[in-house]
Amino acid sequence: MAEVGKTHTARWAVVNVVVVLYALFPVWWIAALSFKDPSTLTDGDYIPRDWTLENYRGIFDTSEFTRALINSIGIALIATVIAVVLGTMAAYAVARVRFPGKRLLIGMSLLIAMFPPISLVSPLFNIERIIGIFDTWVGLIIPYMTFSLPLAIYTLSAFFREIPWDLEKAAKVDGATPAQAFRRVIVPLAAPGVFTTAILVFIFCWNDFLFAISLTSTESARTVPAAIAFFTGSSQFQQPTGSISAAAVVITIPIIVFVLFFQRRIVAGLTSGAVKG
Amino acid sequence: MAEIILEGVTKRFPDGALAVKDVDLEIADGEFVILVGPSGCGKSTTLNMIAGLEDITEGTLRIGDRVVNDLAPKERDVAMVFQSYALYPHMNVRENMGFPLRLARVDKDTINAKVTEAARILDLTEHLERKPANLSGGQRQRVAMGRAIVRDPKAFLMDEPLSNLDAKLRVQMRTQISRLQRRLATTTVYVTHDQTEAMTLGDRVVVMRQGLVQQIGTPAELYDFPRNIFVAGFIGSPAMNFLNATLENGALRSPLGDLPLDDRTRQALERQNAPREVILGLRPEAFEDSALSHDRGRTGPVFTATVEVLESLGSDVYVYFTAEGGPATTTELEELATDSGLRDTGADTHQIVARLDAATRAREGEPVELQVDMAKAHVFDPATGANLTHPVGMD
Repeated sequence: MAEVGKTHTARWAVVNVVVVLYALFPVWWIAALSFKDPSTLTDGDYIPRDWTLENYRGIFDTSEFTRALINSIGIALIATVIAVVLGTMAAYAVARVRFPGKRLLIGMSLLIAMFPPISLVSPLFNIERIIGIFDTWVGLIIPYMTFSLPLAIYTLSAFFREIPWDLEKAAKVDGATPAQAFRRVIVPLAAPGVFTTAILVFIFCWNDFLFAISLTSTESARTVPAAIAFFTGSSQFQQPTGSISAAAVVITIPIIVFVLFFQRRIVAGLTSGAVKG
Repeated sequence: MAEIILEGVTKRFPDGALAVKDVDLEIADGEFVILVGPSGCGKSTTLNMIAGLEDITEGTLRIGDRVVNDLAPKERDVAMVFQSYALYPHMNVRENMGFPLRLARVDKDTINAKVTEAARILDLTEHLERKPANLSGGQRQRVAMGRAIVRDPKAFLMDEPLSNLDAKLRVQMRTQISRLQRRLATTTVYVTHDQTEAMTLGDRVVVMRQGLVQQIGTPAELYDFPRNIFVAGFIGSPAMNFLNATLENGALRSPLGDLPLDDRTRQALERQNAPREVILGLRPEAFEDSALSHDRGRTGPVFTATVEVLESLGSDVYVYFTAEGGPATTTELEELATDSGLRDTGADTHQIVARLDAATRAREGEPVELQVDMAKAHVFDPATGANLTHPVGMD
């Protein structure tokens, strides 16, 4: 038995290593590129021969990247907060409240998610120019929010459905108004769901390229993925590969921090002990 | 503390289903009232209407001197204990118990004092800082009780609070609840499907079936004078035996033989214009080993039965036997059999059970002479289910 167990473990270990290497190799490659100096950039080595921070210094030298970083952080955070707050309330209604047109609402929100975003870019471009929010933070926050809400509602309503009805009834009898019951009992219990949703929405906003490139024209609202596309080499004949790699590495950092920070809050089984047992 | 008065309270769900129909019930201040019945009889809906968790379709509900039909649960000042306990998993025991007080904006010192006192009464003092997930079933149940008592509410509403506990703990908690209720003297409405709980806990018991109140009375009244065949079959364990019988010349022709009626029963039956075909109801203790009852100078019709199964409990002996002609069936009895799961076990409902004195000589597989105490017999109308021997004007 122990022999079988060992070979089994070994086989899994091999599979795991292969999968992890496959997933992380491009990341390592881009990280390696970002530390190479321009002369060795194309030598094809996976480990830089001369380590340099020149590329990083380069991207932080101009306002092009730093401004985009500020835009990215601001827009993604605001869109995430709004989407999660609205999503929480909508998901609660979907999971708990009976109201006419509920199926229609769910259907509509699904519909939004079904449209390929590319088909909406041109109309959005025109609309935003006409009402004057083109190339502003608001102009990006609104579409981000709209496209992440269906996801938020879906994930969150699944979490709300898991919360026993009795808890809410108990809160009501204990003297809570519906709003108090929602805030002090339901939301704390759905916290893992709220944080999971927040992470997903944030990643979606942070990584979006399509809306960012189409709905911005200047530094005032351009986010990092779009800004990277506008990077230029130091001369006309030079590829900005080094700077692009450095920027790509830099923008993964907030995501990692964000996920690590909220992961602590995603405690499985938070509702255990509520009922029976 | 307050009285609770239900007048013609009716609940109709949006899909048209009638859950509770025309319930009239006056619960005195400090009284312990049990709502009991098989699942789906409307007992929990009635409790939820008192709590304010369900709207009342028709009728009025008064708590104290206020009509509370349209008040939110928080304005009714009642506390509820749920079958699932419904403890807030993200709060520890202290926070759980203090939650209603915090919502009522009671100051911190008072909350602390009240929670500590409740914890002392319920023996939870050393668990105050623990989360519900780390408590045993019995402890969770007590926390749920604690959350109800810290508030000093007008009434306690309990929805099958013990049904998630194992049998031994349930008996312990039953006495604890009873003691607590007596000590606090708070009006209590308690819902259960367990007739033993109903009989042991309540000052008065309300038996419900299909949304209708069947009978309201003290446990003894329900046991001795059930108003209809449903109450008779529901209250008591083992249940009452029902047999088809025919009224002839002042006697009952039954599968057990001809049973002469005593004067009280005969008069009652005449008064009620009893039909010829009736159902005879005999509780297990209406039988006795005739050898023993003769010694005690009791008289009554005697018949012989072959003991199929004998269960000795030490203090009593239960003997099971089959009577010719099969058991009586009515819709009420079918419903009870389904509810108690007898159907599913494939148990032989034809069997009659008799409770005999432990001194009986009855042996499994051998015949025994049994005497019937006709003073304890009930006669039911098969069509209406009414107890024809029920003393008029009892309630």
